Amino acid sequence: MERMPRWADIVLIPLVSLIVAFMLSGLMILATGEDPMTAATTMIQGALGSTYGWGYTLYYATNFLFTGLAVAVAFHAGLFNIGGEGQATLGGLGVALVCLALPWPHWTLAIVFAALGGAVFGAAWAAIPAYLQAKRDSHIVITTIMFNFIAAAVLNYVLVNLLRPAGSMDPASAKFPEGTNLPTLHEILAVVGIPFSKSPPANVSLFLALGACVAVWALIWRTRIGFEMRSFGKSPRAADYAGISTTKITMIAMLISGGLAGMMAVNSVMGESERLVLNSVEGAGFIGIAVALMGRNHPFGILIAAVLFGFLYQGGAELGLWTKIPREMVIVIQALVILFTGALDNMVRWPLERLFLSVGKGDR
Amino acid sequence: MSDAAIELRGISKAFGPVQANKDISIRVMPGTIHGIIGENGAGKSTLMSILYGFYKADAGEIFINGEQTTIPDSQAAIRAGIGMVFQHFKLVRNFSVVENIILGAEDGALLQPSITKARKSLKQLAEEYELNVDPDALIEDLSVGHRQRVEILKALYREADILILDEPTGVLTPAEADQLFRILERLKAEGKTIILITHKLREIMHITDTVSVMRRGEMTATVKTAETNPQELAELMVGRKVLLNVDKAPAQPGAPVLEVEGLSVHDGDGVQRLKGVSLNVRAGEILGIAGVAGNGQTELLEVLGGMMRGTGNVRLNGDEIDLTGKYSDGQSRRARGISHVPEERQDEGLILEFAAWENVAFGYHHDPDYQRNAMFMNNAAIRAETAAKMERFDVRPPITNLAARNFSGGNQQKIVLAREIERNPDLLLVGQPTRGVDIGAIEFIHKRIVELRDAGKAILLVSVELDEIMSLSDRIAVMFDGQIMGERLPGETDEKELGLLMAGITGDAA
Repeated sequence: MERMPRWADIVLIPLVSLIVAFMLSGLMILATGEDPMTAATTMIQGALGSTYGWGYTLYYATNFLFTGLAVAVAFHAGLFNIGGEGQATLGGLGVALVCLALPWPHWTLAIVFAALGGAVFGAAWAAIPAYLQAKRDSHIVITTIMFNFIAAAVLNYVLVNLLRPAGSMDPASAKFPEGTNLPTLHEILAVVGIPFSKSPPANVSLFLALGACVAVWALIWRTRIGFEMRSFGKSPRAADYAGISTTKITMIAMLISGGLAGMMAVNSVMGESERLVLNSVEGAGFIGIAVALMGRNHPFGILIAAVLFGFLYQGGAELGLWTKIPREMVIVIQALVILFTGALDNMVRWPLERLFLSVGKGDR
Repeated sequence: MSDAAIELRGISKAFGPVQANKDISIRVMPGTIHGIIGENGAGKSTLMSILYGFYKADAGEIFINGEQTTIPDSQAAIRAGIGMVFQHFKLVRNFSVVENIILGAEDGALLQPSITKARKSLKQLAEEYELNVDPDALIEDLSVGHRQRVEILKALYREADILILDEPTGVLTPAEADQLFRILERLKAEGKTIILITHKLREIMHITDTVSVMRRGEMTATVKTAETNPQELAELMVGRKVLLNVDKAPAQPGAPVLEVEGLSVHDGDGVQRLKGVSLNVRAGEILGIAGVAGNGQTELLEVLGGMMRGTGNVRLNGDEIDLTGKYSDGQSRRARGISHVPEERQDEGLILEFAAWENVAFGYHHDPDYQRNAMFMNNAAIRAETAAKMERFDVRPPITNLAARNFSGGNQQKIVLAREIERNPDLLLVGQPTRGVDIGAIEFIHKRIVELRDAGKAILLVSVELDEIMSLSDRIAVMFDGQIMGERLPGETDEKELGLLMAGITGDAA
């Protein structure tokens, strides 16, 4: 059977899904008695209409990039890691411990070790479900989900009992030392003379995330371990025939995946809050699943999807701020986008495929 | 001329841009056995699926016993008196024979009346057609040959006058196939019409009255079987002259390359699949393993190829091979000079989503030639090598970037063979080298295997096609129930003797 052209698969289907989701969202807003056009302009203005909006959009996008890449790497090895939330939570702990350990002289040094700390803690948190999957055949979807809850509890305990400064009522760590404060986009762009809003939290981690995109692309399509991961992901039996070790691939893929999720904390914990607070991940681990799905598990697609979800996050916040549309509506819009680009992919795919095939037949 | 039992006029069916059936017309006379022969992908199965209501034809008419009909679904096909015996049986394994017979043809909400009726009719059918099966036996306890009888009984119970059999002998021993043919003769004598789909020329010659040849979606010829010969049919199927027999010089065997002693294997469920197998393969010879599928040949290849663990002694060129430990995987086997063309080409030998060049590197992706440096692979080098291999093995189309899925069965197999044979291994393990491969490619694949033998390499061949074993092997070992029943030389044995060994009957007992 012939298939659709590649561009239609990669560009057209997500785009149509997105349009359908937005149209449905418009109907929902209409049903609450508000004007969907006003809502749309508010969201676009708020998220993309100013450097202030962009600053927030890109900050969220950075988080989603890390978690989206994490999901994609595991997915290429045929593993569905939905524990990004927990791995990013533990990554936050790793970043915080590194930042609080030393009076760091300069952020350039601190970010290297903080990223490493976040990655190691995230990877370690992913290693347990990975080991259980590889050795004991415990399904990774179940174990990673359970580990999200355990991570939240662990962080709660650590913050309340260990990291909370004496006398503080807040379940949060002490503020990180000056030397760990990451330059914001405002500061970076000022160097090249581009004016950028001062307040949003977007910071240098964005470039770390972009670097991770390139690294993941090279890993998956240019290295031997990536080749083995894809082989195992596509056909475990064939991988067995080729002598590729199930245990090895499961462990490596999940360690990399968990590491990427953990590195998200460089952006949120080190870059934004500059101390470790409860729930610093804010659901980004789950959004990462949608981002990876929508981005077709390709780093470039993930980049676009991450920016889109960054837009939805920031635009949604603006919506709650400036219109009478309830905040919950934003979650509905996000849910619709996830539903259409992820779960209901085939609803758009089948008619489009049929359309392409019938047009293709006419050509012959 | 009397009315045909089935007449198809101008049937066409396209899947997207692929024209699976093109203006096909065929007349099947009542009370005859009509063979349909063609290569894989020629459109035989599509045509039969249209007749059985699985697909709707884009154009064309169907006449049953002279009356025009439409067959929108399989229920309509059954009502029209058409019964189908699929290649892969559609039986509920933990139901009894009689339960399977009535499944989908129950008379009411209560089963007992139907079962009583089915029992009676089974008894009658058994007498009429020599189709003896214990009505209360569970399907999973029956042999493959008996399961097939249940499928035939199912169709007869639904009062089918026209029976379609899709590759019915693929899973049978020669003796079972002979029994099946006797049953078919009997059915024909009782006035039933039979359509036999197969790619085996021998069966066509043996049992059919008329034969239709399909090629690339078209019906290229319909001839009386008595007026044709296998050579002519093969040419009609492929569209050019083909060599049916393997052309090879006598083997010049050298020192033993593979020595196996007391090899035993248990599968994941703890069932013993190999029971102390001993054999050896010498340099410059092909040892063929004959046997009905599922008697341990798969496990033999897999344990030698490093996909399963086992116990016993296996030596390659005199050195022990690790059967259980760290070095019992495919990578270690390849490093030792064992190449493996697995039985399951699409599930194991290839990754269908991968491009041809990725599949050429598959399994050998640790090869230093394929690395750019310590970190990255040299994809350009693999692509270049793939292009060269594709040319040498005549893989069509010669596009290195095309996904394996988009090649035909024969060309997929050529990719696997190019990868494994060109490694110049000391020992080549080959499973079902030509299953699902068209005749033209079979000739080519056999030639390459013989060439490797002539280069002084040892080859262990597993095939369920007895013809292939007979014509390709220098020695034949027959497996049954995880054991080697005996070894024969191809010139000194015949299908009958091998068939008995394949059924577990040794020479002394027979």
